[in-house]
Amino acid sequence: MSAPFTPLVAGSALGAGAPSPATPHHVALAGGDANPSAAALQARFGDAVRRVHVVRGETNVVVADASLLDIVRWLHDDPSQQYEYLSDVTAVEFRDPEQPIEVVWHLRSIVYRRFLRLKVELTRGEPLAVSSVWDVYKGADWLERECYDMFGIAFRGHPDLRRILMWEGYREGFPLRKDFPLRGRFSRSEQLRQALAANPEARYSMEELSIADAFEDLPQEMRRRLSGGEQAGE
Amino acid sequence: MPTTKRTVEVELSTTGLDAQGRPVRVPLVTDDRGNAVAMEAPEAMEPDLAGEHMLINIGPQHPATHGVLRLVLELDGETVVRCIPHIGYLHCGFEKIGEYRQYNQIIPWTDREDYLNSPGNNVAFVLGAERLFGIEITERCTVLRVIAMELSRIISHLVWWGTTCIDIGAFTPFLWLFQERERVYELIEMWIGARLTTSLTRVGGMGADIPDGFMDKLTGFVKSFPKTIDEAERMLSKNAVWVGRTVGLGAMSADEAMNYGLSGPMLRASGVAYDVRRDFPYLDYETYDFDVPVGTSGDVYDRYLVRVEELRQSVRILEQAIRRLPDGPVNVDDHRVILPPKSKATSDMESMIHHFKQVMEGPRPPAGECYVAVESPKGEKGYYMVSDGTSKPVRWRIRPPSFVNLSAIPKMVEGHLLSDVIAINASIDIVMGEIDR
Repeated sequence: MSAPFTPLVAGSALGAGAPSPATPHHVALAGGDANPSAAALQARFGDAVRRVHVVRGETNVVVADASLLDIVRWLHDDPSQQYEYLSDVTAVEFRDPEQPIEVVWHLRSIVYRRFLRLKVELTRGEPLAVSSVWDVYKGADWLERECYDMFGIAFRGHPDLRRILMWEGYREGFPLRKDFPLRGRFSRSEQLRQALAANPEARYSMEELSIADAFEDLPQEMRRRLSGGEQAGE
Repeated sequence: MPTTKRTVEVELSTTGLDAQGRPVRVPLVTDDRGNAVAMEAPEAMEPDLAGEHMLINIGPQHPATHGVLRLVLELDGETVVRCIPHIGYLHCGFEKIGEYRQYNQIIPWTDREDYLNSPGNNVAFVLGAERLFGIEITERCTVLRVIAMELSRIISHLVWWGTTCIDIGAFTPFLWLFQERERVYELIEMWIGARLTTSLTRVGGMGADIPDGFMDKLTGFVKSFPKTIDEAERMLSKNAVWVGRTVGLGAMSADEAMNYGLSGPMLRASGVAYDVRRDFPYLDYETYDFDVPVGTSGDVYDRYLVRVEELRQSVRILEQAIRRLPDGPVNVDDHRVILPPKSKATSDMESMIHHFKQVMEGPRPPAGECYVAVESPKGEKGYYMVSDGTSKPVRWRIRPPSFVNLSAIPKMVEGHLLSDVIAINASIDIVMGEIDR
């Protein structure tokens, strides 16, 4: 049985130096006070912090991919930072093909009531890959999988990087990239043809088929095709 | 002669009773003509299953998965060893579509992601868009938006409460709670004309001011609603079946819950007093007097208690909002985003130009980006918007709280019984429209 329930008022997790929160009003397009963590990062990591700028009251810190995991771990563990909450992982591709693709992490320090946006810029023409922060935040698991699914960015060190919203056998590419047409790469008739040709029986992944030797219970014809490399898909 | 595998249940002539008077249902194996043939002894049919694991598939079309969620479970007897969730059945690319729409045209899409919280999503989206445009909304609009957000929180929590009752086996509270939900929907219908897909807001204001009589009806609701909460809570909180089916299930410690990125009642039930309304306020929430309920053990029962208490706190916020609603304009006086009156458009050249520019090109925010998070009933709902100075966003990202909350389900159900998976899944309060987007 749970302990007797009493509603508490937030603020118990609040650090001594935290400002009392207020709704932001008249936020300027650029400039303003940067999050103090940005200066601390620059002091500690030097050149790994490429740029710091404030947009609409939020501090952007562009960092080098090589130091990303160290930076995130330090932000998470250091008692003066305590960014214990990962809000979001996503990516941005601009319409201008000259601009790099940005991978964006939104971190929150609930103790100090701070919000920080980390960015890594990925150069065009090189393989899209960054470090995974799954080691530090378990919540990054699905967020990174979605980012991979939609943008094709590989997260090095992610334990289970596969598609999440699209099915595993999806061949059209990465939907949120700008070179991906709004209505998909294939015509409706081709999509219909593929859907009809798909094997609705093959709805388990090979990993799942290993449970209770489920693979052995499949019809022989299907086992042959799956062993021949056909994707089980969903 | 080969027999088919068809198993039929036949009614015995003794109306389903055996010699001792116990009810029986006898499965029979039939041949091709439907005649019964002798059945093998059960021991011979079922191999010894000790130590063998079983693959069980739940969903995607299953009422207890609250949408099209599919869980593949590895069972040892009735205990879950591993859970592999599959999502994406409702994926329709909202974020991609948003890159081809003007800001006001995106608002109807936000109705359809977390469809139990449409007014809340509308408000959250335009808060982000207004930050991007650099617009300050009017005082009346701020209070109206608070009313919209709290009403939608009540709807969402009531649906959660009612459906969880059904999942766990209680039917009566479901009816009581859905009656109250209907009253809220009547209020929203009165306000904007729609019930589910509200599109309540516009960038810089609201789709409509509240009609005459709305405040009286809202006051009546706020007065009588707590009574229903008490009644439904009396049915459940100390009910042996309810307690037995919820206490100790799917517990997450405070550190784990933070690390897994849980938010909303899921996180607060584990003892972390993080509420976006209080810690990163918007819409002047810091000026309202309300408590943030937190649980202690982070199990299904505590999540239930936290949500019930949140309903009461929402009522408190609504009472204060009713008292302080000021008179004045609802929409900002900014013709970049709000159309001038139609009567002026036919007589005043400048108004005509504003009409033309807004309708044909759409409002253009300066290049920039912002992440605006609100406390949705499910947790921290964020909209991350990037603009390059054109009338359509470069990137519109939804941070879906249900998505991140659901990602912890393999951890939560591990070691629990199969029937508890339903209770734990219900306690997350998922809406698949938001998860798949």
